[in-house]
Amino acid sequence: MSSNKKYWKSVEELNENSSIVETLKQNEFVQEIPTDEFLGDKENLETSKTSRRDFLKFVGFSTAAASLAACEGPVVKSIPYVVQPERIVPGVANYYATTIADGFDFASVLVKTREGRPIKIENNKLGKVNVGANARVHASVLSLYDNKRLKNPLIKNEPVAWERFNREFKERIEALNGKELVVMTQTFASPSTSRLMEEFKAKYANVKHVVYDAVSESAALDAFASKYGKRALPSYKFDQADVVVSVGADFLGDWQGGGYDSDYALKRVPENGKMSRHIQFESNMSLAGANADIRVPVKPSVQKAVLAAIYYGIVGGGSADLPEAVAKKVAIAVKNLKSAGSKAVLITGIQDKDAQLLALEINEALASKVMDVKNPRMIRQGNATQVKELISRMNAGQVGGLVTVGVNPAYSLPNAEEFKKGVEKLDLMVSYAMKHNETAELAEFVGATPHYLESWGDVQFTAKHYSLMQPTIKPLFKTQQFQESLMSVLGKEISYYNYIKETWKTILGATSWEDALHDGVYVASIENVSVEGEEMAQTEMNVSGAARKLASSQGKGLELTLYVKAGLGDGQQANNPWLQEFPDPISRVSWDNYLTVSRSDAEAMGLMNKHVANGGLNGSYVDVTVNNVTLKKVPVLIQPGQAKGSVGLALGYGSKAAIQKEMQVGINAYSLYQNFDAVQDVSISKVEGEHEFACVQLQNTLMGRGDVIKETTLEVFNTKDKKHWNFMPVVSLNHEEKPVSSPEVDIWQQFDRSIGHHFNLSIDLNACTGCGACVIACHAENNVPVVGKSEVRRSRDMHWLRIDRYYSSESTFEKDIEKKEGFDGLGDSLGGFGQLEIAAEEDVQVVFQPVMCQHCNQAPCETVCPVAATSHGRQGQNHMAYNRCVGTRYCANNCPYKVRRFNWFRYNHNDEFDFNMNNDLGRMVLNPDVVVRTRGVMEKCSMCIQMTQKTILDAKREGRLVKDVEFQTACSSACTSGAMVFGDVNDEASEVHELKKSDRVYHLLQHIGTDPNVFYHTKVRNTSEN
Amino acid sequence: MEKVNIRHSISKRLLLLLAVFLSFSQLNYSQDDGGSSLGDPAKGKELFNSQCAACHKPYARSTGPALHGITEKRDIDWLYRWIRNSAEMIAAGDADAIAIFEEYNETPMTAFPQLSDQDINDILAYVEQPKPEPPVAAAGEAAAGAGAGAGVSTNIIMAALTFVLLLLVIILVLVNKTLTRFAEASGVELPEEEARKPLWKAFAENQFLVLSSSVILLLVGAYFAYGYLMQVGVDQGYQPVQPIHFSHKIHAGDNGIDCKYCHSSARVSKTSGIPSLNVCMNCHKSVSEVAPETATEEYSKEFYDGQIAKLYEATGWDPTTQSYSGEEKPVKWVRVHNLPDFAYFNHSQHVTVAGVDCQKCHGPVEEMEILEQYAPLTMGWCIECHRETNVKMEGNEYYEKIHEELSKKYGVEKLTAAQMGALECGKCHY
Repeated sequence: MSSNKKYWKSVEELNENSSIVETLKQNEFVQEIPTDEFLGDKENLETSKTSRRDFLKFVGFSTAAASLAACEGPVVKSIPYVVQPERIVPGVANYYATTIADGFDFASVLVKTREGRPIKIENNKLGKVNVGANARVHASVLSLYDNKRLKNPLIKNEPVAWERFNREFKERIEALNGKELVVMTQTFASPSTSRLMEEFKAKYANVKHVVYDAVSESAALDAFASKYGKRALPSYKFDQADVVVSVGADFLGDWQGGGYDSDYALKRVPENGKMSRHIQFESNMSLAGANADIRVPVKPSVQKAVLAAIYYGIVGGGSADLPEAVAKKVAIAVKNLKSAGSKAVLITGIQDKDAQLLALEINEALASKVMDVKNPRMIRQGNATQVKELISRMNAGQVGGLVTVGVNPAYSLPNAEEFKKGVEKLDLMVSYAMKHNETAELAEFVGATPHYLESWGDVQFTAKHYSLMQPTIKPLFKTQQFQESLMSVLGKEISYYNYIKETWKTILGATSWEDALHDGVYVASIENVSVEGEEMAQTEMNVSGAARKLASSQGKGLELTLYVKAGLGDGQQANNPWLQEFPDPISRVSWDNYLTVSRSDAEAMGLMNKHVANGGLNGSYVDVTVNNVTLKKVPVLIQPGQAKGSVGLALGYGSKAAIQKEMQVGINAYSLYQNFDAVQDVSISKVEGEHEFACVQLQNTLMGRGDVIKETTLEVFNTKDKKHWNFMPVVSLNHEEKPVSSPEVDIWQQFDRSIGHHFNLSIDLNACTGCGACVIACHAENNVPVVGKSEVRRSRDMHWLRIDRYYSSESTFEKDIEKKEGFDGLGDSLGGFGQLEIAAEEDVQVVFQPVMCQHCNQAPCETVCPVAATSHGRQGQNHMAYNRCVGTRYCANNCPYKVRRFNWFRYNHNDEFDFNMNNDLGRMVLNPDVVVRTRGVMEKCSMCIQMTQKTILDAKREGRLVKDVEFQTACSSACTSGAMVFGDVNDEASEVHELKKSDRVYHLLQHIGTDPNVFYHTKVRNTSEN
Repeated sequence: MEKVNIRHSISKRLLLLLAVFLSFSQLNYSQDDGGSSLGDPAKGKELFNSQCAACHKPYARSTGPALHGITEKRDIDWLYRWIRNSAEMIAAGDADAIAIFEEYNETPMTAFPQLSDQDINDILAYVEQPKPEPPVAAAGEAAAGAGAGAGVSTNIIMAALTFVLLLLVIILVLVNKTLTRFAEASGVELPEEEARKPLWKAFAENQFLVLSSSVILLLVGAYFAYGYLMQVGVDQGYQPVQPIHFSHKIHAGDNGIDCKYCHSSARVSKTSGIPSLNVCMNCHKSVSEVAPETATEEYSKEFYDGQIAKLYEATGWDPTTQSYSGEEKPVKWVRVHNLPDFAYFNHSQHVTVAGVDCQKCHGPVEEMEILEQYAPLTMGWCIECHRETNVKMEGNEYYEKIHEELSKKYGVEKLTAAQMGALECGKCHY
């Protein structure tokens, strides 16, 4: 029924003759809509015959046409070589031995190339030192394809040809007229470069060479020089150490050039009831500290006193004033050092010549065989004094020209501003760099240098260990090595390659050049090596004076320790998305640096960390001030194990020049690195705002769940039966307890897995140092996409392999379990579990656990897939057919290990994810044997099935059996500490077959009966206090 | 139809006549040949092809000079000495010898001490035959004409038949019309047809018919829709036009070149590899033109020679100077067999390990003038083969143990690929 009511729209309508009402009746809109404006040319529109109907027809037709056309396959072009290089077979990988030496990372590596493209870095197992490629070295292959690299040399920001560059460079050197020309280089540790520099100095008397390490080891070098007469660092053979005492040295990280973790790990696996004992005194939680048996968190100022106390303990002659608790631990350390004698070693990371000297003295006193001073390390040569001197001389106008090579002082110097002022007073500024970085921006001449994978070179790791660098690809851009450029300035006719060959004639004994180049490494006999670098007179040292000075070290308030992260290191590769997304092994935070603060300090200052609704971690901001230099808005992360009264901040972040917007993250802490001392007195003040972290692991503790990580002490391990420390869970069958592994209690049908290969991966929690090389190796091998900071924050990171890090809530994990077991009733549980969630503050145990797809023989994911996209192979691998997956994500929800990763977006060819997969250059790193997944499919670790299949095929083709070491996964081959061993358990000769028989073996969450093909070895700690 | 037969036989006879005429004309030529005085050109041809053809051509410059007319240029004894050991002559300082050596980039000629005087005479007799004129072209044309005639005739017949039919229909209509008109004129009452219910109405009223026919229609529609959708992305028979008309028929068929000579990476790699152009040049450095016999109705000799010229352009090879200019233009072939990225296929597994013939998947390539995709390359097709094919295990140490265990398990002597695990998803999808 229609109503006869009349509705008034306004009072105006009462007035019958209102013109407004009349006008409004005709016009729906008060103002005329400017249709012409958005429809464009009015005339055209009016004359056009296209009606609305036509328009719809066109739309309909074109949609239909488009969908029909989509059914047609695209025309794929295939372009073969005109002349195929002899050694390249399309589809077959070639390997070359080479060496990375970027001034911070030095390692002998193997480079896998496909069709002439380097796509992956592997360890060169022929090498004896620094063979372990760390996460940065593994990621360095992506830096080769960095979009932001310099593509040609520049003069005054104009691209020029190299001939002109070198000619004008030479002219300008000569125009200096004897004014000093300083060449400021990275540590090359290269015999050929040293020789070339000598020739350069011989030709131009005004040339001076200064070596600059962004992260300095100058104190240690000076101490070694004054004691042994050579500017080098001692080598340490941790595989011979029974006792390691470290005072502030992160020797499993990048201390003195790094690369010690593999030797260290060898002594950490309990064998014949023995393993090494590791005692760590430190302020920041470092990798070494996390692996230590006894970790004593002490402020940097106390560290010095600790060192003095240990010195007095070993050598005698005084005493240091220490807090009681620390003194007790020092006593244990001294006792251990003494009893191990020559098999003990003390190391220190304190950037103080006295401290370094004391460490050398202690080792001498112990007659330590672990420290090797006859074959010293050459891979750190930076001289802080000379660098400081250079800058003051530059500012005084005493320097005519400066050439920087492979360094970025305008970014990494603490007094970068002073440096920039000094540059203005120069007549000539030349920068050889891979990128147009902060220093190159100041330079008149910018020499574009190639990546190490495009270069020739040589490296002297230690006095007798040499390594060669060879190009694995033709230079991608118009680049020239500094050495080549210098040679053309010197008017040398030969190539740098021949120059190296010439140099090596004196190095190589009976070995041929070809063999050395093939192996990539060469070991000279110790007798006929000469250590490069100037010989110095051994200076008389006042050791007791040094000890006294250290013993009386006093801290004033808060102390800052600057450190480097396993991901970014000194910051050279800041434009590498793999490294940015690499979660820090300790904090598990990616895409950031932050101030690490102990909980009690944080509470005192009102700083907080909290979890927000989307699963992200937020933290307060502080201003950090050191000697009037203030860093504004530094995010705070509360770090378990941080010594009270100390804070930590990572170097290497905050660079802006030649770095993609997405990767300009973090704060540049180099400005606090004053006097090249990593320890500074600092004051911090809270400021407004909350920082959003991208942290991949918010659960910090195990909540007393001993079935995730099993661990015990060496004492228990040696004296008690397996069931005490590696208990097999039981279930009840007919009121009888049966182990979960027995078939009768299994609801699953068992399959015969004894035929053919059956792959297993063994992970030894004792050997794993948490370095993260495997994470990046997996990234490179499996085309794992980078998702960016905001996606990581939403827990959408794509890493197939993660290394979980857990802290104990009580002082040890054992006590956590005891606490949990002791809960009585609801009251205890309610409060108790809440407490267990929080990691212990200072006295904390840490454990690392690499977790990837466990390849369960009875996989929960397989049973819930509605389209059978994930299924089990006979060889033990859990297969994932991406093309079959429809993205229900049931599998991820049913996976007890949370190892499945969902592609929420298309991460390639997508401007929203502007990382390496979004540009032609970056895509060159992709592994052609592994498909790039698309949006809406689930992905996960495949146990590198492409690698096992290749190994099998090679054997079939050659008609032979597979040798044990041949089976590898990306992670197991990247692991130099021996923590990950992969192989065929059905092969009785294989290592993994042996490992599986060990008493320490357990499966992750064994009680749920998934029967995984990845197994772990119970962690054993050598914690007894005597 | 008889007509056609007659036509055909006429053209055949014509061809025969032509052939006879041609063979006569060739005979005539050889009889006139001045070189025959030296030796037997037939024997010479054999020797030439086995010993000299790698570097020499009778009528064109190759690695070595063209040999036609050599007897006029050089003394016969000089030739004997040169052929048996040219290096010696150069060393001895023979002016002519040195000149030639220098002209041809100082490439030494292989010594042939095993050739007797008579052999050399035979070879010279062969190369001194005058260059055969290309009369074949005329024959080719004639043949082509005849062939085309046959093709056209069927069309004409069809057209004629249609025309006749049409004519008949028209006549019928006309006759009908005329008869009706006659009937009208003569006042014959034509029986008026009773208005029947139209067929469609009857159909629409029969519900059973409507139901069953719509069910059938739907089923048929679904069948064809399914068929259509299943062939989306299946490019069986895909035969793209390539930038260079490369005939597998000539290479693999007529010349019997092994597939893996050019596609060598099929033995060791996942890809069979489109050969790089330097592989082509291994032979085509000396094969700069096709033999007249190669030409077919569709493709003339000039056409094929043009394709070889394209190769020379791509590689920067100058046949006149026998040298590379260094200017390379890579050829952009159109890929015929495209597997999707998510399927991993390895040639060496099938070619080297399993010993599968290339033809099994690629079809009779040696008969394909233009290469086409023979197999559907669908997953069903892969699986089927894996189910049926026995794994070749003989003499392969890798398989020994697994064969023993698996054959016991399955109770069979021979194991199929499927029993070896070749149906598992992860074997091809990762």
